[in-house]
Amino acid sequence: MEAASVPRTPRRQSKAAVAVRRFVSLYGLIIVLLILPVVYGIQDLQQDGNLVRLGQNFKDGLSNGAIWALIALGYTLVYGIIELINFAHGDVFMIGSFVTVSLFGTIGLTLTTGALGVGLGLVVCLLIAMVVCGSLNVMIERVAYRPLRGAPKLAPLITAVGMSFILQNVGLLWKGGSHQSVPDLLHSQQHVFTILGVTVTRGDLLAICATVPLVILLTSFISRSRLGKAMRATAQDPEAARLMGINVDTTISLTFLLGGLLAGAAGLIYAVYQTDAWFFQGFEAGLIAFTAAVMGGIGNLRGAVLGGLIIGFIQQISDNRIGATWTPVIVFAYLVLIMVFRPQGLLGEETREAG
Amino acid sequence: MSAAATPATTKRARRVPAMPHLSGNANKLLAAVVILFAILLPLFYDPLSGFIDATTTALAYVVMALGLNIVVGFAGLLDLGYVAFFAIGAYTMGWLGSGFYAQVNHGKGVHVAVSTFAQNLPGIHINFLLVLIAAMIIAAALGVLIGTPTLRLRGDYIAIVTLAFGEIIGRVAVNGDSVKIGGYALTAGRQGITPVDPIKLPGLAPFSNAINLRPWYWVALGLVLIVLVVNIRLRDSRLGRAWIALREDEVAAVSMGIPAVKTKLLAYATGAAFGGLSGAFLGSYLNTVNADQFEFSFSIFVLAMVILGGLGSIWGVVVGALLLSYINRYLIPNVLSGPDGIPRKLGLNFDFTELSFGIFGFLLVIMMILRPAGLIPERRRRLELTGEAGEGDTELVSVRA
Repeated sequence: MEAASVPRTPRRQSKAAVAVRRFVSLYGLIIVLLILPVVYGIQDLQQDGNLVRLGQNFKDGLSNGAIWALIALGYTLVYGIIELINFAHGDVFMIGSFVTVSLFGTIGLTLTTGALGVGLGLVVCLLIAMVVCGSLNVMIERVAYRPLRGAPKLAPLITAVGMSFILQNVGLLWKGGSHQSVPDLLHSQQHVFTILGVTVTRGDLLAICATVPLVILLTSFISRSRLGKAMRATAQDPEAARLMGINVDTTISLTFLLGGLLAGAAGLIYAVYQTDAWFFQGFEAGLIAFTAAVMGGIGNLRGAVLGGLIIGFIQQISDNRIGATWTPVIVFAYLVLIMVFRPQGLLGEETREAG
Repeated sequence: MSAAATPATTKRARRVPAMPHLSGNANKLLAAVVILFAILLPLFYDPLSGFIDATTTALAYVVMALGLNIVVGFAGLLDLGYVAFFAIGAYTMGWLGSGFYAQVNHGKGVHVAVSTFAQNLPGIHINFLLVLIAAMIIAAALGVLIGTPTLRLRGDYIAIVTLAFGEIIGRVAVNGDSVKIGGYALTAGRQGITPVDPIKLPGLAPFSNAINLRPWYWVALGLVLIVLVVNIRLRDSRLGRAWIALREDEVAAVSMGIPAVKTKLLAYATGAAFGGLSGAFLGSYLNTVNADQFEFSFSIFVLAMVILGGLGSIWGVVVGALLLSYINRYLIPNVLSGPDGIPRKLGLNFDFTELSFGIFGFLLVIMMILRPAGLIPERRRRLELTGEAGEGDTELVSVRA
């Protein structure tokens, strides 16, 4: 074989060259991640003399990002275990919002309800929305994905799109095509306290206080419990897991249940935080959450959360300073740049996939 | 034979392919009959009928699906942003064949080989055929541009990066009315660039979609036939085999000397060129280039055509594209709902309009579950799935469970 015809592989480069390349790729990633905050931080310092506005963006980004993170976890869980981009997931989240809105009416939660009533009511709604979405997700898996196990890899992608359309239609018939305004039960814009000039509202507290425990519960469930171990085993190698006596079908159902529970929680938080529900919200949220999951390294739980928060932050900066119409462009440009510098996602592991 | 039915003979009997291959002549005859039927089809309908309208659009979608099939089906690169090429093709038509840039050349416009009527209009007016070529070239360049960052990525990461580019192009189209380059807006946003020049073929009067849809149909059919021939020839060419080799096992393909970068980029460029071609046609046919057309759901729609038809199978993709476009543009709006719909004809005061999303989704799920490998699976894949491989085909059988 002639040497000239052999494509140059990174292995042929010297160790120093590899180190330089790795340094550059890491450096580039950091530059990419910091470009918006640094540019606008300097601008803020010049104009206002402090970083309050950037801090405010950051805080808003965290609250919004928490919602994306919850949805992204569902994507990443499902992707990790059956390598399916579950397009219906965003619409399960939408159903969660709709269930919440309907429950408010059923339970009788209105703006005049007392603080204790609102608190208890929200917890009840949260649990019901989570259970409804969890079971819905399990049912979707039964109906649309399980029959296609062993089919070509992209076949379930199309049934996922089909289920997404069906759920959107359910939402359309349920609440109509217009935006539903949700009673602002929490008075979510009311200030609670101020840190370093950044005001934290009740809505922010709700988003953080609901998301953090859920994420901790989920990650400890997956890393500690027996079922979580079964999930990780199935994700790694379904065949081997089956041989070890793990019921793979049940494990997959469990994964969908967990994803659905989180989507339901996200649905409630979104409805209360944004005081808005719309049958198409799931589609957009799903797109953003999927982006977040990929940005963090798809299949990686911490990556999904990190990706969600980063996207929330980028969106806030862009909404606030560049203009909301350009936000998707900025978010997706970020995604492409991150993919260029870190093809496996921020926290994803470098794996070699055959075929 | 009954007594002599040894295991060997039964085994041989089972090796007969599931679908007997037609001989070359029968194939050609079948193709000729189908083409003749397709050419004569519009004569049975009113020149402005909804059916011809739906079919013309469906044919344009077939071109797009065939283009996407090269990227996803042949080369195995999951592209969720195919709408970008539709957009760029349509905008090429809008930029080069409308009154959108009315100020150009001091209001006198630029004209290249257009009808005498269009020659007096302001704006850029370039002959449809030239615009088609321009659209293909620009789309192919965009395909390479989008493909380049995905080269290092694996599997579904390619999907998200292409999706990202599709969304970026879609948003730029929406916001393009505020992007001014040298005083000229990039797009007309949600208002749309309209009217767009009709097709003007040499020796014929310009087409009009208000008088007669048949010429549009025939042009679309011609595009489909050209793209079909190109696709079949490409599939069997050295390049096509390189695409399939990359799809099946990239490491093995590269070690056999296939240049992965060049081959992948050529797949993106070819697929994109067909998307641009179809986009330019649709821009002219729909008489508007509107940013609302270029949404993510369109990429999914075309991808559904490819996967439902049978990934990598040219005839499957044609059938899938026709089927889904008919369902979307004819069956649901004209047959299941609307004033002429079946429920109304049966005297029911019931309409499926509200359910059109759901019906489409339901049909996608049902069809996919009934035919997981697609309506007409690619031959190679059929062999993998059924294990009905002949002696010479053993190397095609995948070892994966």
